[in-house]
Amino acid sequence: MIDVLSGLFVDHTLRTVALGSATLGIVSGALGAFAVLRRQALLGDAMSHAALPGVALAFLLTGSRAPLVLMLGAAIAGWLAAAAIVGVVRTSRVKVDSAMALTLSVFFGAGLVVLTFIQRQPAAGKAGLDKFLFGQAAAMLESDVITMVAVGAVGLFGLLALWKEFKLLSFDPDFAATLGMPTRRVDILLTSLLVIAIVVGLKTVGVVLMSAMVVAPGAAARQWTNRLGVMVTLSACFGAAAGVLGALLSTTAETSTGPTIVLVATGLVVVSLLFAPARGLVWVRMRAWRSRRMLALEAVIADLASLAAQHGSNATHPHDIGALNAVRGRAVVERALTELAADGLARQHDTGGWSLTPRGLAEADRLARSRRAPGVAR
Amino acid sequence: MTSAQIDVLLVAVVVAAACAIPGTFLVLRRMAMMSDAISHTVLLGIVLAFFVVADLGSPILIVGAALVGLLTVVLVEATSRTGLVREDTAIGLVFPALFSIAVILISSLAGDVHLDSDAVLLGEIAFAPFNRFAPFGVDLGPVAIWVMGAILLINLACTALFFKELKLATFDPALAAALGFSPALVHYGLMALVSITAVGAFDAVGSILVVALMVGPPAAAYLLTDHLPRMLGLSVLIGATSAAGGYWLARLLDANIAGAMATAVGIAFTLVLLLAPRRGLVAAARRRRRQRWTFARQMLLIHLATHEGTPTESDESHPDHMQRHMRWPADFSARVIQTATDRGLVVLEAEQLRLTPHGREAAKEAAVR
Repeated sequence: MIDVLSGLFVDHTLRTVALGSATLGIVSGALGAFAVLRRQALLGDAMSHAALPGVALAFLLTGSRAPLVLMLGAAIAGWLAAAAIVGVVRTSRVKVDSAMALTLSVFFGAGLVVLTFIQRQPAAGKAGLDKFLFGQAAAMLESDVITMVAVGAVGLFGLLALWKEFKLLSFDPDFAATLGMPTRRVDILLTSLLVIAIVVGLKTVGVVLMSAMVVAPGAAARQWTNRLGVMVTLSACFGAAAGVLGALLSTTAETSTGPTIVLVATGLVVVSLLFAPARGLVWVRMRAWRSRRMLALEAVIADLASLAAQHGSNATHPHDIGALNAVRGRAVVERALTELAADGLARQHDTGGWSLTPRGLAEADRLARSRRAPGVAR
Repeated sequence: MTSAQIDVLLVAVVVAAACAIPGTFLVLRRMAMMSDAISHTVLLGIVLAFFVVADLGSPILIVGAALVGLLTVVLVEATSRTGLVREDTAIGLVFPALFSIAVILISSLAGDVHLDSDAVLLGEIAFAPFNRFAPFGVDLGPVAIWVMGAILLINLACTALFFKELKLATFDPALAAALGFSPALVHYGLMALVSITAVGAFDAVGSILVVALMVGPPAAAYLLTDHLPRMLGLSVLIGATSAAGGYWLARLLDANIAGAMATAVGIAFTLVLLLAPRRGLVAAARRRRRQRWTFARQMLLIHLATHEGTPTESDESHPDHMQRHMRWPADFSARVIQTATDRGLVVLEAEQLRLTPHGREAAKEAAVR
């Protein structure tokens, strides 16, 4: 890994790869955040598969492998796929999931047909198109990176320029419409930006897995914040981290680039789901566990206090544990008693029975008071 | 046609039929994208099972793939049940991850076996006839037909046996649960069928065509009927026709067969979308046009009836008045009057439109409605 890192500064190819992957991550992360918020994760999947015939046709028609030409073809095809999905849903009773799956597979199938035409051509220049399926970072050239940066910059600039509109559309489209915003046009624009996010990464990650790069950084970033600006920034950072790490890993381990980047991004999502503050599953579980424990403690104190009350004068008379565990189960009660004893609120007598200490009795009194609603007459 | 071509065609038709049956329920349950997810992740099951049995022909591979298909469903549901991400995001996270693991595992095998992620995605049905099923030296046709035939039978049997449960859980899951059928069990059962079908078909046709055949024909059939058994039948029919048509297309263009079949599915769906008798776009456009004329005619009759016998009648029933009053373009107005006259609803006498008794009846009827 150290070799790779030092290589980053000297090795030209490695630097190109890292730069390109970072660009791809930033662009797809920032623009993908909106796809996650707008429930368009699967639309991204459909569009990235659908880009294949665009790439293939662009090559077949122009004979050029210039990244901008292929990206343009991919963008047009992806855009048409989105239009087809919306069109089918709007004009028929076919639901959006069917429309997406159908469009995805039909476009991809058409792409395969076009690819067979290309394969029949004389060998010159056709090499490299198959890399669009799974991507290959190592094949990235400086011209690729320059194009990616340029196209990505257009996408990010569009995002910033219409930030307010996109924000409103994503969270409250009805309100946006009542304000007189042309929601349909803004919607089309935002979806077009998603197309940009997808085509930027096609050569590195490939059509099959590009959707994950649109979804994963956004899904991870969502866990850390409730603010849109922070989320989009984080998402871009996660995307860049996954892109660079994945690309470098795949070059050193000689695995396919796309899958490696996707797995790194998925790792980021898992970490975020588990450990993000406030929303992270680990913290949620811990909070639940802690409050359950507190409830058990309070309940045992209350039980002991009511038993003590029945004994009138002798408040610290020991009681058998069997009198306590009827409802909660012995293990819970025993654990609670041990903790109470450690805090000096309860103690075990020589007979084996338990009672509250005077401090415990005071605590029980305080708890009972705080539990009663204020202002209620006794 | 050579026998190899007939074999390919047979395999294609059987695969199409086997896919259409679980696909119908996926489309109705709005889970079509699960076919995409599962058809990708079964690859992981195949790879993992291959590590265990080290034999690409082993039926264990199908079991492993089906299990990973179910694992996909479980993971998607577990992820979305955390409430941290929505279901579509969960699908979009889970299947690329599982698929990536599979691709990396395959590339680590690097050429040791004939298991290639491109081939999985794209499929090569053209090779199906060369892999013969020949127990005891008797040639019984391509293996793919037997495998897919068995899967088709399983799908048919399960659908027939649990038709009531599937139908109820699909259209009214709450009632199904109340009556004591477990919607979850039906759900996982269906997903198991999808997985088995996907893994059986992927070898022959590739995972993308599996998606096309599972979703396209049922979506087209959905536009043609409201009757579940008829939808199943139509799905099988459309699927088989598209597969055959796609094969013909592939031979015509000398192109990838799976790709051509997926394209044919797209063409079939587009045709149905346009031409379906009741729900087709053409039928809907014609209906709208007809309604526009009917409505305009009714407006004319009601207008004439309202002013019949009033002092301003001679002004109000002048043909040129309609354009101004209804804001109709001149030629539209003329056509409305023409069709109303042709139908014997109004007559034109001395620059005045008059209702016939028949027209008066029609005006009254239209006004009541």
